[in-house]
Amino acid sequence: MKENIKFILNDHPVQLSVDPDRMLLWVLRTDLGLTGTKYGCGQNYCGACTVLVNNEAVRSCQTTVKDVEGKEVLTIEGLAKNDQLHPLQNAFMAHDALQCGFCTPGMILNAYSLLIKIPRPSRTEIIESMDDNLCRCGAHNRIIQAIQSAAEEMERKVMK
Amino acid sequence: MKEDKLQTPDSNNKPTEFNVNRREFIKITGSGIFVFFMLGDTSVISQERKPGRFQFGGPPSDFNAFLRIGEDGRVACYTGKIEMGQGVVTSLAQMLADELDVSLDVVDMVMGDTDLCPWDMGTFGSMSTRFFGPQLRAAAAEARRVLMELGAEQLKIAVENLVAEDGVIFYKKDKKRNISYARLAKGKKIDRHIKEKVNVKKPSEFKVMSRPVLRRDALEKVTGNAAFSGDIRLPGMLYAKILRPPSHGAKFLDADLSEAKRVKGAQIVSDGDFIAVLHEYPDEAEKALSKIKARFDRTESGIDDKNIFDHLLKVAPDGQIAANDGDLKQGETGANRIFEETYLDGYVAHAPIEPHTAVVKIEGNKATVWASTQTPFPLKNEVAGAIGLPPDNVRVTPPFVGGGFGGKSNNKQAVEAAHLAKLTGKPVQVAWSREEEFFNDTFRPAAVVKIKSGITSEGSICLWDYHVYFAGERGAQHFYNIPNHRTMIYNGSWTGAPGSHPFSTGPWRAPANNTNTFARESQIDIMAAKAGMDSLEFRIKHLGDPKMKNVLRTAAEKFGWKPSRIPSGRGYGVACGTDAGTYVATIAEVQVDKGTGDVKVKKVVSAQDMGLAINPEGAKIQMEGCITMGLGYALKEDIHFKNGEIFDLNFDTYEIPRFSWLPEIETIVIDNKDSDPQGGGEPAIITMGAVIANAIYDAIGVRLYQLPMTPERVRLAAKEK
Repeated sequence: MKENIKFILNDHPVQLSVDPDRMLLWVLRTDLGLTGTKYGCGQNYCGACTVLVNNEAVRSCQTTVKDVEGKEVLTIEGLAKNDQLHPLQNAFMAHDALQCGFCTPGMILNAYSLLIKIPRPSRTEIIESMDDNLCRCGAHNRIIQAIQSAAEEMERKVMK
Repeated sequence: MKEDKLQTPDSNNKPTEFNVNRREFIKITGSGIFVFFMLGDTSVISQERKPGRFQFGGPPSDFNAFLRIGEDGRVACYTGKIEMGQGVVTSLAQMLADELDVSLDVVDMVMGDTDLCPWDMGTFGSMSTRFFGPQLRAAAAEARRVLMELGAEQLKIAVENLVAEDGVIFYKKDKKRNISYARLAKGKKIDRHIKEKVNVKKPSEFKVMSRPVLRRDALEKVTGNAAFSGDIRLPGMLYAKILRPPSHGAKFLDADLSEAKRVKGAQIVSDGDFIAVLHEYPDEAEKALSKIKARFDRTESGIDDKNIFDHLLKVAPDGQIAANDGDLKQGETGANRIFEETYLDGYVAHAPIEPHTAVVKIEGNKATVWASTQTPFPLKNEVAGAIGLPPDNVRVTPPFVGGGFGGKSNNKQAVEAAHLAKLTGKPVQVAWSREEEFFNDTFRPAAVVKIKSGITSEGSICLWDYHVYFAGERGAQHFYNIPNHRTMIYNGSWTGAPGSHPFSTGPWRAPANNTNTFARESQIDIMAAKAGMDSLEFRIKHLGDPKMKNVLRTAAEKFGWKPSRIPSGRGYGVACGTDAGTYVATIAEVQVDKGTGDVKVKKVVSAQDMGLAINPEGAKIQMEGCITMGLGYALKEDIHFKNGEIFDLNFDTYEIPRFSWLPEIETIVIDNKDSDPQGGGEPAIITMGAVIANAIYDAIGVRLYQLPMTPERVRLAAKEK
């Protein structure tokens, strides 16, 4: 019951012979060896497994590999381009917006999809859109600051 | 290779066995200049050590960490401590860089690897900076002294005319005459040992310490490159899923494995009631596990999260006196008012976002363990015991740890992986699901505190009779001036005798202190209210310790505290305490919806005196983490259970703090450079229960005696008023 599934992963085409009902999280982590996407709860509650599918943040623990057929998938490993970190990655470092780092890839990718929709989000908009991404270390305030400063940085880049 | 003849102060009276041991480490790491040193608190080590039997990798009596200056000029610190988000990989490197006069960039921290690092009991109790830090600084200062002596010899210039900077020693008057640490270390095998006090730098000389530094592990963590235990991939590795009972105490009867066996590629291992499915894909292993039909005989203890407190009081052992002074009878007769209250605290989960995970590989008679653990050295012995290997043949090498909070002192997942690696002959990964993480957690113990206290007609506390059941001793003793007082501990540990708790319990960030501070600081507020005094002034009036007064006043000033009788309707609360040597005072503002019972924490200001703060930014981050995490146990976190079955198995019913809960947070680390560094990973969390309880009382005049203060409990208490 394996099928050939094709999609774009971090700008590169991939083709897999895989059971189409398997969850993207495990296919990414096991078959494709991209371990930056984390398992946190397996039930859509924590956001550690967040990836982007066609620029939309999705929970890869609840997304089958069939669901991404023909689509563009972005994981944390694909965020830096040409050895240049994304402004969100720089801002998370500059603001110390992480401690143990386990929720960080999901946080960054969820924030990435927010900034696509709302380039300069208010604090309230950030809180609303990040609320279902859980962090146990308590880095929340710094994550909000990091997202705000990344948004500013991205706007500066666009204006240049 | 030249063997350097520098004499160390204690070189004549070292027992030979330790020399051998040190040489072992030097053999592994190659040449260079080595300084061996000892964690400050040696009591635990002497307990763990078996007299007359010394093994490589076992607890040495004279050092448990060392640093090395290598031929490449890099400086490495080898320690059994681990990094789990608390930031010691950064703060320890800062100390080393500063004392040695090297840049932070050349410092490597080699942490927790049981083959490379000397024995360490584990990373908990906010001890890394507090006890380990001063020794690390002394070792670095000693290394610098050795380098200066070597430099003086090479440059033929007296030490007092030399200066070190960025790993290079210069002649003060002519910077061209210089020599690098790298060249001095070349071909050397110098072995020094710290036993006597070494002069470390004065705060005014710090260049790296007590300045904000960004995390050293940040780049790996923002790019997805940081490897956690579950990210380890080995050729031929199998993912294991283990059959769990439906409830704690349930007895395994039998299992029908036939359907599970039909899952292609699934390998089933069964050893009594230990049944596991292994597969080259973790999700396939999970699928096969779900096809096992197992029967268990459940126990019916009748104990649940409602009646647990009566049960605990019933089975409590005799009390131990922790403090006692004056005469309780006299206190009682002198009292104008007596307050007798009972405080309750439920079971709380650690719930790190990374569940317990381990990979074990066995080759011949050697095993390698990658595990999310706070205690790699004890784990090494556990694994060795489980699979019948000598401890020396087991290597634990912890990758990044995705949060611990005390819960990863329990290493059950690694022992399971070791069993399975032995049974299958293949490398095995055991990664607990979220449900397993909740089920197997060593919860913070439920506890009861009973306090009888009294005040005189002048509003002075004259009586304090404190009884704590099952929380533990940390933070149980009050620090107020009370002439007649007693503190009794009924079960002083985070575990209890069999039959006390319905499942495993263990240390949880600032063990015991969250419960004790909640009870004590609530009771103080109750008395302040009845004395008709401002709750901050009431505390200060009963305090002698200037540090405690100072943190209270500092927090109050930052908050903009204005004295008032309570309840004032403003929703302000205050609480203070000590933990891991650190003083902390917190003030909070809450808004309470009487109708729904919802409590919104609007603002939290916390001031902390932790002595010298090595990385003040790191210390603030830890305080913010404590305050945020503390909102959870104060307001929502509570394990619901009955007959050993855990009802909260994921984040849908077990709510942890999230972005929308966030108050405005202000933290103040009091600059106290001349005092020794104290703990920073835990203290600020201890005040969160009481500060919110006191703020709720100030807002609506309703006192909450049980944690967490859920909307239901607030609503109920408001109705009963």
